[in-house]
Amino acid sequence: MSTPYAKLPAWADYGLIPLINLLVAFAVAGLVVLLVGENPLRAAVILVEGAFGSGQGIAYTLFYATNFIFTGLAVAVAFHCGLFNIGGEGQAYIGGLGIAIVVLSFDSTLPWWVVFPLAIIASALFGALWALIPAYLQAKRGSHIVITTIMFNFIAASVMVYMLVNVLKPMGSMAPQTRQFLEGGQLPKLGWLLAEFGLKVRPSAPLNISFLLALVMAFLVWVLIWRTRLGYEIRTYGFSSKAARYAGISEPRIIIVTMLISGALAGMMALNPIMGDQHNVPLDFVSGAGFVGIAVALMGRSHPAGIVPAAILFGMLYQGGAELAFEMPNISRDMIVIIQGLVILFAGALENMFRPTIQGIFASISPGSVGITATKGERA
Amino acid sequence: MAEAAIELIGINKSFGAVRANRDIALEIPRGTIHGIIGENGAGKSTLMSILYGFYQADSGEIRVNGKPTNIKTPNDAIAVGIGMVHQHFMLVENFSVLENVILGAEGEALLKKSIAKARSELHRLEDEYGLEVDPDALIEELPVGLQQRVEILKALYRGAEILILDEPTGVLTPAEADHLFRILQQLKEQGKTVVLITHKLREIMAITDNVSVMRQGTMVATRKTSETTVEELAELMVGRRVLLRVEKGEAKPGAVKLAVKNLTVRDSRGVTMVDDVSFDIRAGEIVGIAGVAGNGQSELMEAVSGIRKAVSGTVMLDGTPIDLTGQADPGELRDRGLAHVPEDRHHVGLVLAFDESENSILGYHDKPQYLKGPFLNLDAIQKDAQEKIEKYDIRPANPRLKTANFSGGNQQKIVLAREIEQDPGVLIVGQPTRGVDVGAIEFIHRRLIAMRDQGKAVLLVSVELDEIRSLSDRILVMFAGRVVGERGPETSEGELGLLMAGVEHKEAAE
Ligand SMILES: Nc1ncnc2c1ncn2[C@@H]1O[C@H](COP(=O)(O)OP(=O)(O)OP(=O)(O)O)[C@@H](O)[C@H]1O
Ligand SMILES: [Mg+2]
Repeated sequence: MSTPYAKLPAWADYGLIPLINLLVAFAVAGLVVLLVGENPLRAAVILVEGAFGSGQGIAYTLFYATNFIFTGLAVAVAFHCGLFNIGGEGQAYIGGLGIAIVVLSFDSTLPWWVVFPLAIIASALFGALWALIPAYLQAKRGSHIVITTIMFNFIAASVMVYMLVNVLKPMGSMAPQTRQFLEGGQLPKLGWLLAEFGLKVRPSAPLNISFLLALVMAFLVWVLIWRTRLGYEIRTYGFSSKAARYAGISEPRIIIVTMLISGALAGMMALNPIMGDQHNVPLDFVSGAGFVGIAVALMGRSHPAGIVPAAILFGMLYQGGAELAFEMPNISRDMIVIIQGLVILFAGALENMFRPTIQGIFASISPGSVGITATKGERA
Repeated sequence: MAEAAIELIGINKSFGAVRANRDIALEIPRGTIHGIIGENGAGKSTLMSILYGFYQADSGEIRVNGKPTNIKTPNDAIAVGIGMVHQHFMLVENFSVLENVILGAEGEALLKKSIAKARSELHRLEDEYGLEVDPDALIEELPVGLQQRVEILKALYRGAEILILDEPTGVLTPAEADHLFRILQQLKEQGKTVVLITHKLREIMAITDNVSVMRQGTMVATRKTSETTVEELAELMVGRRVLLRVEKGEAKPGAVKLAVKNLTVRDSRGVTMVDDVSFDIRAGEIVGIAGVAGNGQSELMEAVSGIRKAVSGTVMLDGTPIDLTGQADPGELRDRGLAHVPEDRHHVGLVLAFDESENSILGYHDKPQYLKGPFLNLDAIQKDAQEKIEKYDIRPANPRLKTANFSGGNQQKIVLAREIEQDPGVLIVGQPTRGVDVGAIEFIHRRLIAMRDQGKAVLLVSVELDEIRSLSDRILVMFAGRVVGERGPETSEGELGLLMAGVEHKEAAE
């Protein structure tokens, strides 16, 4: 017998449940820390202090968060259409190729504020194109998008190795990466913004204006999904493909358009590390941000207002985790990955683990507060 | 009076500002069939959901067989022998009938064993009650009528002693409904208790022992069925006298508005569901399609409205031919003035997770009045939705409420309001009054006749023979995918029934 989900009040749905998931994730992570013979409380303090304790830490945290906002939004947009885009990783990677082409062509002649918009367009375009093929295969041939986007991550990795080693690498260099970008290919840092708040930030801190772009994109995604005709069609298809058909929404079109947008958002992620920080296109610069985006989107309930804080949380884990590995000799870099994995597991994958219990508790304290939502399982 | 199987005492339930149940007291004697009637949104489904553990009452007590019982989840309800067949089916669409029946009651660790056991048990139930369904058919491929049977089998399979049926006959033909009633009668003879929610007073009179009437969340009366009348019940429900007959003048048919030519449709398994069907509908007439559920009416409607690809066939709309075989586009047909109220409002006609106003533009969301460039014109949409809510008396009158939270009848009104208010030239309606209360039926029928009188062409598909007979100017009878006869509205129920059973068809073929 199918038990429908009782609906919780919004504050519990969006606040309490993520919080409980997080606490459990940290509790389990704490056990791991205990196992290797370190003090979990001290570890937590180092983690949080490392992420938020200094201007420098905050700059790094927000820098990582920028990546996750882009990839989280990419996953969320596809989610609204009922599509699971696992290909953010590859789309972002290929987005970097678009940036390389633009920047290497113009960084010696044009100022950054001209190159940046061109690079935005190029990264979005390349990311979108990389999502187009899986989208087309899903729309026209019914090949499952989860499978094809995963495959395309591998193809993207190979393509980029080839491009970096054989095409983009400057003559005579040993490193498989492009040459350093000149001034026109370097984005302004945002350290001064933190300095306004009295925080000390070194000029090398990687936080850059891509962060502002990410926030703008978060707002635009909200507008797209909830305020435009296209967003309405995306949501209709995501909830019920039969209703979409009835409403005259073309199935191939909506799948392809949504995946193009999703791929474009993922592609734009490449701007942040490439133009904002490293000033070249190296191998593997995406380093898992595409996958973290899935967890971010899940945790943020596919809403930009949830995705931004979720991305900052993961940014904290990245930055604080690095500090932790530095401070505690028993905790290796791999341990940090385990802790991040636990958060992804509890906050993302097991999102519904505590829900039934919490709903049960709510139902018994105040029966009036819960009602059935028919939204679950109504997707045909 | 026998001991009460169920006693409800002082049940209250609110959803936000809506008080769905207020101080409900109800006693259902064991071994009886108890009817519950009331307007759309009166709180019937809510009350039964409380009994079945889907909702928790804010206050009040449930006694089962005299014992105060705390029912928190459907599993608690099943444990005390309460089974429920929902108004809105709760089946897994891409599971087979068998898988759906055992879902949640698998019992064994190995699925194979329990499937074999279930199969024989299912055969027994099917034989005993004549509920025939192919156990291996996928739910999504079954017409609503058969899905219903699966729901009933599911409850019986779990050995329910008290069976709640929420509008079980909405999709059944009178013959099928009679069949169901024989089953219910049999259950009653075995000492089981049946609670039956229905909008059809005829059924209440035919089968129940007692009947309770709800209005706006309260229980207004309980009567012995033998001591009441249809008129009294209708008045108790609505609070005013209701016209139970449709009043309509002569039809004045004009030029042909909709012509369907050589339509053939196959389902996903390749079975021919509509077999070379052609017919015309003129401006100013209502053509009804009668038939037992599953004889191709649904597929016919879906093909003509463009949501299902046909194998062959065209439709002429005001003289413009549109091919139905290729990428037939429901949007294009809609643009040309063909509106469609689908039978399956939950999966097709509405997005339940949307709020009411969002659903009020579904399919028309590309019309300029709802847009500002690429943006939705939310103000216009809200205003438009509010107007429809008032005109069609949709309750609660809140365009921001999630559609899933409207009662069945009100959901139907949302779809009807959307389609009729676009002022289409042709209206195709499937089961327009399924799950709709007597007052609203009167309203919907009036609107359909008003459409006709404005010179629109209306194609009506309904399993309600009464509805077909009272609204249609011409009746086409479908059997096994073919139109086997055309009759006037005065044709007797018996004659139509025979045609629907394919009797004359067979004779003609021999
Ligand atoms: N989950 C919910 N959240 C908010 N309101 C709800 C919810 N469920 C039901 N309601 C409201 O409670 C009232 C009673 O609904 P209910 O479904 O019980 O009516 P009903 O008598 O079964 O009507 P119908 O004959 O149309 O099926 C309606 O006003 C409905 O909109
Ligand atoms: Mg109901």
